[in-house]
Amino acid sequence: MMNNMEKEIKILAIESSCDETAAAVVVNGRDVRSNVISSQIDLHTLYGGVVPEIASRKHIEKINQVIEEALKKADMTLDDIDAIGVTYGPGLVGALLVGVAEAKAISFARNIPLIGVHHIEGHISANYIENKDLEPPFLCLVVSGGHTHLVRVADYGKYEILGKTRDDAAGEAFDKVARAIGLGYPGGPKIEKVSHEGNPDAIDFPRAKVADGVYDFSFSGLKSAVLNYLNGCRMKEIEINQADVAASFQKAVTDVLVGHAMNAIDEYKMDKFAIAGGVASNGTLRKAMEEACAKKGVKFYHPSPILCTDNAAMIGAAAYYDYLAGKRAGMDLNAVPNLRLGE
Amino acid sequence: MKILALESSGLVASVAVTEDGNLLGEYTMNYKKTHSQTLLPMLQALTEMIELDLNTVDAIAVSKGPGSFTGLRIGSATAKGLGLALNKPIVPVPTIDAMAYNLWGTDKLICPMMDARRQQTYTGLYEFVDGELQTVLPQCAVDISEIVEKINKLGRPVVVLGDGVPVFEAYLQDNCKVPYEVAPATCNRQRAASVAALAEKLYQEGVVETAAGHKPDYLRLSQAERELAERDLAGRDFSI
Repeated sequence: MMNNMEKEIKILAIESSCDETAAAVVVNGRDVRSNVISSQIDLHTLYGGVVPEIASRKHIEKINQVIEEALKKADMTLDDIDAIGVTYGPGLVGALLVGVAEAKAISFARNIPLIGVHHIEGHISANYIENKDLEPPFLCLVVSGGHTHLVRVADYGKYEILGKTRDDAAGEAFDKVARAIGLGYPGGPKIEKVSHEGNPDAIDFPRAKVADGVYDFSFSGLKSAVLNYLNGCRMKEIEINQADVAASFQKAVTDVLVGHAMNAIDEYKMDKFAIAGGVASNGTLRKAMEEACAKKGVKFYHPSPILCTDNAAMIGAAAYYDYLAGKRAGMDLNAVPNLRLGE
Repeated sequence: MKILALESSGLVASVAVTEDGNLLGEYTMNYKKTHSQTLLPMLQALTEMIELDLNTVDAIAVSKGPGSFTGLRIGSATAKGLGLALNKPIVPVPTIDAMAYNLWGTDKLICPMMDARRQQTYTGLYEFVDGELQTVLPQCAVDISEIVEKINKLGRPVVVLGDGVPVFEAYLQDNCKVPYEVAPATCNRQRAASVAALAEKLYQEGVVETAAGHKPDYLRLSQAERELAERDLAGRDFSI
């Protein structure tokens, strides 16, 4: 008898590229059965940012519990799992290696196919989870503490990078500015919060353009402009309005991100646009993107904040489409800290 | 009793399987490839060659440290993954103890030394008494001068081994006042067979951890933690 039911592909996904140890079970790429994240943020706050060696040590302490919890919450065992997806880059090499070694060992011991997933591909794929109607082609802006990429998603697993940052990632700029105005780490949520009290037009920070790359970004100049402004105020003994600086800085970042995205939408005649990555949970950016898209009649997609941050559900979503495409990793899979999208 | 052992604490990658005091197979490499590229393919090759059903293994032994932080984690994460997937316990084997075990039966003092950078070494002192490994100085991270001073004080002939030996060769020549010999190629680096052999004993003594609970024993804080501790110490008022 033929079974009309499509076989469910159940993927166990593992992510350890930075400071979150995460595991998830995702069915057919879009149905998240569990999404467990063990964050180290409190620990790294002590140091004002992520310390790679400490992150790696925490990953090894947590990884089995996180995987076991993900299986348990999904009400599954390894017997139910069809494939294991693991982030193998880009990211902190020592951190990535924990997930990669763990995933390979499980794959080997249980003879479960292994899929190496690109971290950015994961962020992009986070959009599939809550938007069941979203299918390529679409344009996606990935903004996080480590990445700022404008990507044309031509098809599942097929990416064209239209632009990326030449220096600091957008999230990195948030962290550095937050530190400079005394807000501390992590900068993104703190700047967003204090910005509500400030005037975004109070200070005219530069919106940097990159001469030879229309869709590339540069945030180090903006960061320097903020530092210069702060120094100038101190020299002139002018009181610094923290909320105004935060709001004006955030506006400058948002303007550039929205500007580039909208130009690319026009040039590539896209009718769908998505944002992804940790900074995509910034409410001001989200609202600005939503309004700009609405003006053009472009459909706007974004993941929930929990799927914007580093998580394994997004890796499971990406791994599913790689699985369908027949992509498999060998037991010699290595962590690639500067892995490029599309490799 | 069947033990599957992993060793990736230094430049050597090594996997071995023992059964009741017999070595079923060992695969050891000292080559420039990363452990991430070698350890699992080696384990795969070994298990195929000896037709090992992984479910018949009683415990996963791992060289728990000290050593290269990243190397230790690759071994640990591999052991934890195997432990999770096969529902087997982990036997954490002190790396320096296992190196000393390479020289079973010698009547000399044994001093494994790994290069720990900055003139430091991961080392320890051992001897065999009635066929049993006895610890004279437990594994530790110390200046090369400190361990050589200790050896001189004990005044007994010593066998040295490990990747620290070529690094500290000149220092040993100038400062070691007792006769010392360098172990030969068969046993002068980490070997998973020694990890497994020692693990058989530890397992029987009940030295086991859950796969979830296991973590490496680095013997050193990370640089950031050291610096933070120093800052805290400097800022503290010691007057009472």
